[in-house]
Amino acid sequence: MTTRFFGAPVRRNEDKKLLTGQALFIDDVELPNMLHAAFLRSQVAHARIRRIDVSAALKRPGVVAVYTADDLGSYWQPGPLLVPPPPIPGIVFDVRTQVPLAKDKVRYAGEPLAVIVAESRYIAEDALDDIMVDLETLPAVVDLEAALAGGAAVVHDDLGSNVASHVRQTKGDYRRAAANAHLILKRRFRYEHGISSPIETRGIVAQWNARGQQLTIWDTTQAPVFVRNGLAAILGLSERQVRVIAPFIGGGFGPKIMIFYPEEVTLPWISMRLNRPVKWIEDRLEHFVATTHERGQIHDAEIALAQDGRILSVRDVFLHDNGAYNPYGLTVPINSQCTMLGPYVIPAYDSTFTSVFTTLPIVTPYRGAGRQHGVFVIERLLDLAAHELRLDPVEIRRRNLIPPDAFPFNNEIIYQDFAPLQYDSGNYEPVLDKALAAIGYEKFVHQEQPKLRAEGRCVGIAVACYVEGTGVGPYEGAKVQVQSNGRVSLVTGIGTQGQGHFTSFAQIVADQLGVDVTEVDVVTGDTDQFYWGAGTFASRGAVVAGNAISAASQVVRKKALKLASEVFECSEDDLVIADGKVSIAGIPGKFVSLSELAQRANPMRGAVKPGTEPGLESTQYFGPPSGTTANGVHAMVVEVDPETFDLQILRYVVVHDCGTVINPMILAGQIHGGVAQGIGNAFYEKLAFDEQGQLLNASLADYLLPTALEIPRMELGHTATASPLNPLGIKGAGEAGAIPVGALFAQGIENALELARKGIELLEIPLSPSRLYELTRKDGK
Amino acid sequence: MQPEGHDIELSVNGVQYRRVVEARMLLSDFLRHELMLAGTHVGCEHGVCGACTILLDGAPVRSCLMFAVQAGGHELSTVEGLSAASGELNPLQQAMHEHHGLQCGYCTPGILMTMTAYLKENPDPSELELREALSGNLCRCTGYQNIVDAMLKAAEMMRAAAP
Repeated sequence: MTTRFFGAPVRRNEDKKLLTGQALFIDDVELPNMLHAAFLRSQVAHARIRRIDVSAALKRPGVVAVYTADDLGSYWQPGPLLVPPPPIPGIVFDVRTQVPLAKDKVRYAGEPLAVIVAESRYIAEDALDDIMVDLETLPAVVDLEAALAGGAAVVHDDLGSNVASHVRQTKGDYRRAAANAHLILKRRFRYEHGISSPIETRGIVAQWNARGQQLTIWDTTQAPVFVRNGLAAILGLSERQVRVIAPFIGGGFGPKIMIFYPEEVTLPWISMRLNRPVKWIEDRLEHFVATTHERGQIHDAEIALAQDGRILSVRDVFLHDNGAYNPYGLTVPINSQCTMLGPYVIPAYDSTFTSVFTTLPIVTPYRGAGRQHGVFVIERLLDLAAHELRLDPVEIRRRNLIPPDAFPFNNEIIYQDFAPLQYDSGNYEPVLDKALAAIGYEKFVHQEQPKLRAEGRCVGIAVACYVEGTGVGPYEGAKVQVQSNGRVSLVTGIGTQGQGHFTSFAQIVADQLGVDVTEVDVVTGDTDQFYWGAGTFASRGAVVAGNAISAASQVVRKKALKLASEVFECSEDDLVIADGKVSIAGIPGKFVSLSELAQRANPMRGAVKPGTEPGLESTQYFGPPSGTTANGVHAMVVEVDPETFDLQILRYVVVHDCGTVINPMILAGQIHGGVAQGIGNAFYEKLAFDEQGQLLNASLADYLLPTALEIPRMELGHTATASPLNPLGIKGAGEAGAIPVGALFAQGIENALELARKGIELLEIPLSPSRLYELTRKDGK
Repeated sequence: MQPEGHDIELSVNGVQYRRVVEARMLLSDFLRHELMLAGTHVGCEHGVCGACTILLDGAPVRSCLMFAVQAGGHELSTVEGLSAASGELNPLQQAMHEHHGLQCGYCTPGILMTMTAYLKENPDPSELELREALSGNLCRCTGYQNIVDAMLKAAEMMRAAAP
């Protein structure tokens, strides 16, 4: 097989539609007789609902229906637990999932209380003001420590406290390992991640066809199969009666999977009840509270080291804000707990977290999904230790890297996919060296920085390492089918939100079947096209779906060769598959096209032989036993203005190892975008809540997404250590760019402003000019 | 109470349209849901993200910050009008394709429209100038680098093609 496409920077198949305004996004779905929904949301974070009076709204011309929780009857039920807790001994886990519309109590500002259905969105929004709501406001629960203190208001009354879960995982014996330490450092770290804020908000269109008894749902979901299965179950329908289509989606980054958002569960019910299609499109102000966040953790972490800088043990106790409900189980804090171990040999680890209910929007994974928090803590601990031990920050990292002969490397704790946290493969030191060479580390530290300092300029350098658990199960599938016109169809169950699946997946097929990449038509995210699957999350699409696609392509290739060998009455070994046809090796004129083979595979006369199937097609599945572990190093040279604390990134380097690469152009794009989100998280984006649980900056004018002026040019490098866990050797890459950026910023700014010398430590993210001003003042206020 | 309708007549991508609209209908909604020109995307409805940028008499405007009635009598251009009738991409679109300047593609129409106007005004921008011109359009996928490269390349191509 020639690999013309796999590994090449193939330009994307999907671009033309997107560049000409012809791609179908959710709000482009227009159906005859369609209604529009608007949700009335709680203005306060925590309250008892006394009364909701919708009578005036119902009288407004154009309003068709108004529903509250009571109207939903037995359909009203809390959502499912999307991810059950991993089998960790001794864990406490109380699940309280979100509800379609608030009943009795509201638990965050923005929680839906009622839905209005009207002939236009304008009328539906007008009618929101007609609803009278009588709430008895309760104290908000915002601060994590205060939430656990005696006398705190309780988010879920029946639990009696705000503890959602309590998990301890250990490796080795922390105490014994720490007993021999030369240095023990203990600090408190605060890390807040923000919102993913895709440029397209969420939306849903539901259409019940009463004659056909079929429900069609267009949904901005990253996991259409889960949504189909879940909705069928609660609506009392068979899965085959429900079709979920995830059309082109304008960015996801994690929060576009939640089973279910209140709107996702109410719209289909409304459509069935009214027998009319109904659409809801989230507006940006709603998005800030109605779509899930990631937010904060507080870590009390301790590291014990030998004199030479080797880590002996790490202990960490942290609090995790999971918001008002916890449908996503423990995924985010488990990721924090596991990813803290990083690329380092840490012989003993003792980590305990408490996940806390607050009266704030729900927390679910957002690109990085808690990994940032863990990476920040370990990377900062190493920086502080390097300073104490008078070691170079790079050197202390180098001394602790897992050596290449130690793989597979077992960290002895359980990961979010329920499998032991075992790194499949890796070669970490060359990644570090490559990053240092690219940023010019030695030259900067020894020549450039002294010169710049002499000029009065505050320019610092930073290097941060990370691993990323990627490519987790359960499984994905793919169907590859040669059409009778010779084009190849590929369908898979995952959704796509800009990752280039229409191209990278086509590349895998094109090489196997000897067709051009533009001759492969990829369909993703339509449950009627492909029935099974999980979704696009956890940097798993290329790994899990990619290998299923490869397997299906190989079967189709074999079928094509077999059919052709029957045509030519020759051995399959004498055949070549290329340029859309199968020909006899050395006799290019003697060929049969894939189109003709596809037609032969579906004979109009004669029989399909026993043990064979019609069609030049195959459906295959791939389920990895556990996730793959990618790794990387980011390095940055940054200048800070000591007066304004504004900063400018002068150089930014990413060296990354995600195993075998399908399309380096798409991979680079994933890294660029991840870094940009990481920079936003590190220095620009902060969800500012007041004590009442009100989000004070719920607009894009106030919550600062980085623009083209804040994001620097990035230089990328790659190494490739294939994963042994899948035939293609792929590891995931979607989240890598975002993960170490907070750690990098803290280190770089400290270095630029020589804060270590002044006894000032940056132990929190996000930072900002005003926060730096506060932190660098002597009194700390 | 039936809201009062207003007659408007305007041209979009060289096609004349006449419609009756409510005074409060946003231009973005009018283009998308009345004229079915859904290539113009709506990201924030408060004028920050730039996804809904179109050209009004050649100047870039946020269509979410205008009412349809205000566009009456004007000539509008949207992303649907950029490529040739043959389907061939124009230099900006082609450069975005070549440089992988789009991922999810949601912000792309607004960026193309902003840059169409900008490169006409400044056909030979420096990278910093271009980044500044682009800074009114938010993209959450690409980190901007490939968009910047695409637009610098498009500018170069258009300069080379200019008489």
